[in-house]
Amino acid sequence: MSPRTELEILSPGAFASIQDGGRRGHRRIGVPWAGVLDRRLMRLANALAGRTEDAAVIECFDGGLRLAARGGAVKIAVAGDTVLEHESSEGRRPLAPWRSVTLADGEQLRIRKMDGGRIAMVAVVGLEPPAVMGSASTYVRAGLGGVDGRALAAGTRLALTADAEPWGSDRVLTQPPAADPAPIRLVPGPQHDHFRPAALEALVGGEYRVTTEADRMGIRLEGATLEHTGAAEIVSDATVPGSIQVPGAGQPIVLLADAQTAGGYPKIATVISADLGRLAALRPGQALRFAAVTAAEGARIARAAEAETQALIASIRTLPPDGIDLVALYTGNLVDGVVHALAAEYRPLY
Amino acid sequence: MSFRVLDAGDAALTIEFGSIIDPALLAAVNALDAAIVRLQQAGGLPGVTETMPTFRSLTVFFDPLATDRDAVLGVLQPLIAAAGQGSPADGRHWRLPVCYEGEAAPDLAEVAQTLGIGTDEVIALHSGTEYLVYMLGFLPGFPFMGDLPERLRLPRRTQPRVRVPAGSVAIATGLTAIYPWESPGGWHLLGRCPVPLFDARRAAPSLLAAGDRVRFVPVSADECRALEAGLASADIDPLQWLDSTPSPAENAA
Repeated sequence: MSPRTELEILSPGAFASIQDGGRRGHRRIGVPWAGVLDRRLMRLANALAGRTEDAAVIECFDGGLRLAARGGAVKIAVAGDTVLEHESSEGRRPLAPWRSVTLADGEQLRIRKMDGGRIAMVAVVGLEPPAVMGSASTYVRAGLGGVDGRALAAGTRLALTADAEPWGSDRVLTQPPAADPAPIRLVPGPQHDHFRPAALEALVGGEYRVTTEADRMGIRLEGATLEHTGAAEIVSDATVPGSIQVPGAGQPIVLLADAQTAGGYPKIATVISADLGRLAALRPGQALRFAAVTAAEGARIARAAEAETQALIASIRTLPPDGIDLVALYTGNLVDGVVHALAAEYRPLY
Repeated sequence: MSFRVLDAGDAALTIEFGSIIDPALLAAVNALDAAIVRLQQAGGLPGVTETMPTFRSLTVFFDPLATDRDAVLGVLQPLIAAAGQGSPADGRHWRLPVCYEGEAAPDLAEVAQTLGIGTDEVIALHSGTEYLVYMLGFLPGFPFMGDLPERLRLPRRTQPRVRVPAGSVAIATGLTAIYPWESPGGWHLLGRCPVPLFDARRAAPSLLAAGDRVRFVPVSADECRALEAGLASADIDPLQWLDSTPSPAENAA
């Protein structure tokens, strides 16, 4: 029997966890969906790795993730606006993101930092963590899914199944999605009538800023105060990912995948599902604007976004089998040994 | 019964029967929930993925790629109209042990003082009432139960705790609850329940279901520790505290 192949987490960076499409169907007993914060990134990463679209991935926040193949070769793909580095016995070399790569035993892959956004998804061939209540997604608060219900830690070794080797050519997304600075769209309600009319205008017309309290549960914003008409309290009812809760101080909190399933603060509006990934990717200090749409418009936007995602997946190309990385070739410096001093991968780390 | 439809984004909507905590509203919520689950199982609600019943409203989650708000509402209208005649769910009855002593009850003395009664009376009132599980939410398996006797009613703590230990039995604003997990929390902690309320390995991970009824039975700190040990080693089955077993809505779903 060959030794078991593992993927070792050398460093998880700021926060990394195993996620998939989420733990659906249990909100009625208080279990949030969890799951990836950006479904499109998960689907692209898995498509690049030749996996099913909602296979479990490693979701990483703010870069810093370092991985190593142990006991055999490991095929990996990274989706997200990252600065990647591949490390082998021949040294370190930058690697274009949005592609798959095979790490030989002992080789490492580093997400040095994010060039844009906060979220990257790492798809790994053979990563098949056991499902808990129908999903492998990590939900730390109740210790569900992932590796013992916890975030990934340095030294964690993920056992990989032996499937699909040899894997064939690597794949690349030649035109990755660009960052979209358009306003985040929301549907007013369910409790917008608990606020003065000026509050919704302020939310939609004003500029808000992401605070340092931003994680998988939600994002606290700061900006114009949203005034309630009465008490800043309701009899607890259901929240959804995207709910914008407003506690007494009048500063909004947008709930995300890991948020509690019920809450007692009035919810002035709900961010549409197509824009939640874009919101979760905003960094503390970054400014954003909201725009109001109807629920029906939100559904139309969801369908348009789905068509875009499918077009992106369809555009994934095979890299030539001789290993020449055309993307790196066309975007990099063509003279060996000369580095582009201004390229992202040579900027100092912050 | 009157109701309102509230938008909850492009992938959910909420049917709201009222704005207060009232068993009659809960009966309508649970009747609508059961009707939707039945229709879903019969394939009559394509695109609807799950429902979340609460004290006074039902939130319906759907896939915006498969359906939309108006299509879902069109199918729900007759079910909503019928739900107003719903009668209270026939839930199970539980008798759960609670230790109201020492460090298990960090707020007991203060609560007694605020209410102007003795600690024994607080315990007698809290354990002398049968509570209805209105809903589960906030945390996996967290039961919102009511109603507290009038004399035990007080607002949340002005300063919420950063860390409420798992198993804490708490009261606030006419309700009582058990924290299944360590979490921040603003309720007053009267005791500790050794029975795990949530276990992902069980077929029904949440011990309690909406519509169940719960009574608390005071146990000593020593008994509580012994129960905890027995439960941890699986020598004790949590179902032993079940008094009667009509089929709960949760298991039917």
